[in-house]
Order: sequence, then structure tokens, then C-alpha cells
Amino acid sequence: MRNISYCEALNEAMAQEMQADPDVFVYGIDVADHKRVFGSTKGLLEKFGPDRCFSTPLSEDAMTGFGLGAAINGLRPIHVHMRVDFMLLAMNQLANMISSYRYMSAGRLEVPMVIRAVIGRGWGQAFQHSKTMHCCFAHIPGLKVVMPTTPRDAKETLVAAIRDDNPVISIEHRWLYDVEDEVPEEVEPTFLGHGRVLKQGCDITVVATSWMNIEALKAAEILAKHGVSVEVIDPVSICPLDEELITDSVTKTGHCIVADNDWVYAGFGAELAAIVSEKCFGTLKSPVARIGFAQTPCPTVRHLEQEFYPNAIDIIETIEQKLDLEETDLSGEDFYSYENKFKGPF
Amino acid sequence: MKTNDTRTELNLELYRMLYLIRTCEETIVEHYFEDEMKTPMHMSMGAEAISVGICQALRPEDHVFGTYRSHALFLAKTGDTDDFFAEMYGKDTSSLKGKGGSMHLCSPDHGFMGASAIVASAIPVAAGCAFANKRANNGKLVAVFFGDGAADEGCFWESLNAACLMKLPILFVCEDNGLAVHTPKSCRRGYSSLVDVVSKFNCIAHEHKTTDAEAIYELTSELIETMKNEQKPGFLRLEYCRYLEHVGVQQDFEAGYRSVEEFEQWYKFDPVALQRKKLQNLGYQTDNIKRLETEIEEGVSRSFSKAKNASFCEVSELYKEVLV
Ligand SMILES: Cc1ncc(C[n+]2csc(CCOP(=O)(O)OP(=O)(O)O)c2C)c(N)n1
Ligand SMILES: [Mg+2]
Repeated sequence: MRNISYCEALNEAMAQEMQADPDVFVYGIDVADHKRVFGSTKGLLEKFGPDRCFSTPLSEDAMTGFGLGAAINGLRPIHVHMRVDFMLLAMNQLANMISSYRYMSAGRLEVPMVIRAVIGRGWGQAFQHSKTMHCCFAHIPGLKVVMPTTPRDAKETLVAAIRDDNPVISIEHRWLYDVEDEVPEEVEPTFLGHGRVLKQGCDITVVATSWMNIEALKAAEILAKHGVSVEVIDPVSICPLDEELITDSVTKTGHCIVADNDWVYAGFGAELAAIVSEKCFGTLKSPVARIGFAQTPCPTVRHLEQEFYPNAIDIIETIEQKLDLEETDLSGEDFYSYENKFKGPF
Repeated sequence: MKTNDTRTELNLELYRMLYLIRTCEETIVEHYFEDEMKTPMHMSMGAEAISVGICQALRPEDHVFGTYRSHALFLAKTGDTDDFFAEMYGKDTSSLKGKGGSMHLCSPDHGFMGASAIVASAIPVAAGCAFANKRANNGKLVAVFFGDGAADEGCFWESLNAACLMKLPILFVCEDNGLAVHTPKSCRRGYSSLVDVVSKFNCIAHEHKTTDAEAIYELTSELIETMKNEQKPGFLRLEYCRYLEHVGVQQDFEAGYRSVEEFEQWYKFDPVALQRKKLQNLGYQTDNIKRLETEIEEGVSRSFSKAKNASFCEVSELYKEVLV
């Protein structure tokens, strides 16, 4: 198998599905400009023409409803937002229309629509270009929400999302775009709702979302050197959720930390903590712990932003507390600084 | 030129539908107080000529989208009184099994693609539906109906802009009763003429103040021709008088936000009565009209009784049709 980037994986998924199904089209603000949404829509205009890959007016609300209308009338739209934050202008279409259209037509109209949206971080993204919002979307019945971390999952979930007859929101972290890994050329037919064990372990379970998996894997790698075995689980899909994968792991380890790429309060971590305590109560050796953003808007300046985002060290410290470990010697550890790669501006 | 026969035939068809819609709504008015139709009724009474005239100009395979005030549109497009009353009662016999109610009618098989109770929110959906029709090159037209209040919403302008940019086969229909709930346009708008503003977009915009379904049919048919020839969206603003309160089945002139005189002025040209008179002027026998009316009344009454007597769906239905 060859290595490709997360961004290339997304691009390949769309190109292959557009090739296979002429009803698939991709649209959104600046989807067809020379930058092609960080490269993720590269080549699609050339290959499939302006009818199937086009930029739109700056009308997130209407263009989301537009996708719904196309979807109930035979097409399979992929709507792209350069930031999740912009998609909030379409909350009405998401929460009032798309989520309930199948229901309000008693199943006679289907909504095979995909909405891709990017989470920003770093280099001054600040409070209006950095949100995740997955818990808000997943809260609404009738929407599926996925958040792939690995390039392979990026491709597989996007293919599955495009083939899915339900509306699917796919949330992609900007920092993951350059991550390279093995990705199969042909994707097996798959469906949404599979989580993935990114690293096996037996002492403690860390359930992480999106970029927080990178931090969790780093924490696991460091602790492994000190004899602590951390299991890292990426739910990949927020809704539907692979509950069994998570509860099986927690039943095995007895400890659960949720490291969510979002604020903690009333978030996905709270949902997961509830599920774990309902399903694993007898086997839990400690309460579920939650790690996430500081409960503030996201700041611009670097040193405050550093404080705003949780990282591998926060995860290590939480694990130490749970397992009653000595403080880990972190000297000599090379913590991933994404700024070596991501030089902004977007 | 139409021969007298075909004109009579057209007007007969228009009357049949106008009378059917009026009879259905009068039946609702008569029985609403029994408190069995537990759904907020936004009545079409007074507006019937718009839906009837436009749907007559559409073909059965064309698509329409409506609002919470869509009794007339639903009936004009589907003619399905069984489904209509079953949904008003929320019964198992309705294709929606009571999940929608008066505000969320839907009948895709008849091209009625849905109705939204969020002001303006079906307009972009209609645009997307038109985009799919254009892509399929199937010649189908989409007509999206909304009130004057919808033009206060950004979503309307966003959708109009996108539809004009993309040259979509879509007809925007503004059913203008001058009111959003109880607030007149003068309290909501920083401009005077909607059609003036809309006509600055690359579309064909017309307006008319009439209760004559035939006139609306003619206007719409011509507009559709021009839209096809010029490959542009169309926009129609049609004025009417809402006979009843915003929601509910009573009149509320005593509330003072509008004058009963204005209503009386409009009522002289009530769309149903006007159409009846026209048939008589065309030489259609009053006896025949009465026979037609009786036939319609009996049909409506049958649909009504069936719905009233039907049972509710299984409770397990609650969880169905959320996701595939
Ligand atoms: C987005 C939104 N805002 C407010 C409301 C509450 N509301 C329901 S109907 C209505 C008035 C709409 O007026 P108009 O579009 O002219 O339609 P009409 O009722 O006159 O047919 C309002 C404000 C709503 N349903 N949706
Ligand atoms: Mg109005």
C-alpha cells in the first residue's frame, strides 16, 4: 500500500465516487478556485467539469438548502465549508430542514448529502475559525456526524458518507491535512459507525476525537516507555457511535479518559462519560475524566492559545492521576509542534 | 385563440378546484372546535385563486414547495382530499401518519415536495430541486410559494441570487397578504416595491392584484413560456386578502390591526364566487354548477368522515424514518 496525505485521501475519495456515480457533485465557497480548499478538491473541476464542481455565492444558508433540494431530487451533493464556523450560518437548514426532511416525507424523500467542514487551529485562527461543533450536530436526530483522524479513515468515511442515503456531516481538522499514512487505493464498501483502536493497551482507555488522537498517541508512546499501556480509541463516527468498541475497552481497562477536540461543558465528552458510566459502572475503577478546550473563546496570541488547547502532556498528567503514577520524566521528549509544518495563514 | 368550449372547460376545472379547496377549509372551520384536529391551522381562505391558477399552469410532473399555509397549494397540486383530511386528523391512513400536520404537508408522488414552517426556509431547497431538474434536463419546473414575510429573510435573497446566477428553472411565488402575522409591510421594509428590487436580478418579475384564477393561470402560463425562452427564473408577486386570523379559523378584525372595510372590498371579488359567476356568464347552466358542487361536497364529506373514523398509527412509528 502507498502512503498519501489526509488531504489527498479526501480528494481521492471524491474523485473516485464522482467517477463511479454521475449524480455526485461538489460545491461550496471557493471549491473551484486555484487553491481548491487546501487542495482537497484539486483536479475535480478539470475532470468532471463546472457542472459537478463549482464555487458558489457566499450564501451558506441558502446553499445548504440548495444541497437538500438537489439531494431529494436525485443528486448526491457534497457541500464544502472551509471552516465549521461558517457552516453555523446554515444551522437552520441543518437543524430544521435537512435533519427532518426524510421524517417529514415519511421516508419518501431521501437526503444523500455530505457536508464537509474544516476545523481551524493555530496561526491566529482565533474564536471564529476554530470551532468543532460536532456535539451540536450530533445532538440533532436525523444527522450523521463523522470526524476521521487518519488518512485511511478520511478516505473510507468520505466514501461511505457519499454512498450513504442520509445526510452526513464530516468534520476535518486542518492540521490533519498533511498527515501521511497508508491508504488503500480501492475502498471496500463500508458503512458509517465504526470506531478504530488506534493503539492497543490494557491499563487505561483514552477516547479521543480528531486532532486529540495525535496528542493521545504521543502520550501513549511516551508512557509506554515507562511501562504504562494506554489504549487509544478513535470513535471516527460521532453519530452513529461505536459504543461497543468503547465500552469493551473500558470494561477491559477500568479507566476512561475522553480527550475531545472541543469544549468540555455539555459536550461529546459528557455524552461519552454518561454512556460509559451507564454501561461499565461495575467495572470502572475511577470516574470518567474529560479533557478539552478551556471554557473560553479561542484566543489569537500564541501563548494564550497554547493554554487554551489541551495536549499530550495534559493527557499524560490525567493518566498519572488516575493510575496513581509518579510524575513522568518528560525531559528529552520531542513534543509535536505543528507550527513546524503549519505556517498559516489558513 | 381559445374556443369558447375550451375556455369553459378551463374555467370549469378552475372552479372545481376552487370550490374543492373552499369546501375543505369550510369543513375544517366547522369541526376545528371539536378539538380533534390538533394542528395549528393557517388557512388559505381568500388566497385560493393563486394556487389554483398557478397549478393549472403547471404540469403534474412539475414540483412545488410550500409553507405552513399550504392547504390550497396541497389540494390544487394533489387533489388528494383523503390524504389531506387524514393528515389533519393525524391518522394512520395519511401517508405521513400524522407526523406533519397542517403545517408540514408533503406528497412527493404528486410533486408536492414539502412545506416548511420556518419562514423562507423551503426557498433554497426549491432552488436545489430546480438545479437537479436542470441537470437531468427533464424539463420540469419548480414553483416555490412563500408569503410577503419571507422577503424579509436573507435566505430569500440568497436563493433568488443563486437561482438567477445559475439560470434555474424555478418560479418564485410571493403570496402577498401584506401581513406577517399582524405586522404590515410598512413596518418591516426599507423599500417600497418588492418587484422593483427583484427585477434588478436576472429574472422575469411580474405582479398582479386579482382574485381571478383564470387571469393568474394566463399570467403564469405566459411567464413560464418567457422563462423557458429566456432561460431565466421567474418571480410572481400576487396580492390577496387573508380572510381569517393568522393562525386559527376565526376572523379577528376586532383586534384592530387591519380594517374590516378592506376585507369587504376584497370579498366582493371572492375568488370562488367570482369564478362561479364567470361560469354562468360563459353560459354554463346553474343546474350543472350545482350538480358539480354537490359532487364535490359529497367527496369532501367522504374524505372527512374516513379521516375522522380512521385509527391512529402504531406508537412504534415514532422511531421510523429518521435515518435509513
Ligand atoms: C424564521 C421564522 N421566523 C418567525 C416565524 C414565526 N412566524 C410564523 S408565520 C410568520 C409570518 C410570516 O408572514 P408571511 O411570510 O407573509 O406569510 P403569511 O403568514 O402571511 O402567509 C412568522 C413571523 C417563523 N415561523 N419562522
Ligand atoms: Mg403575509
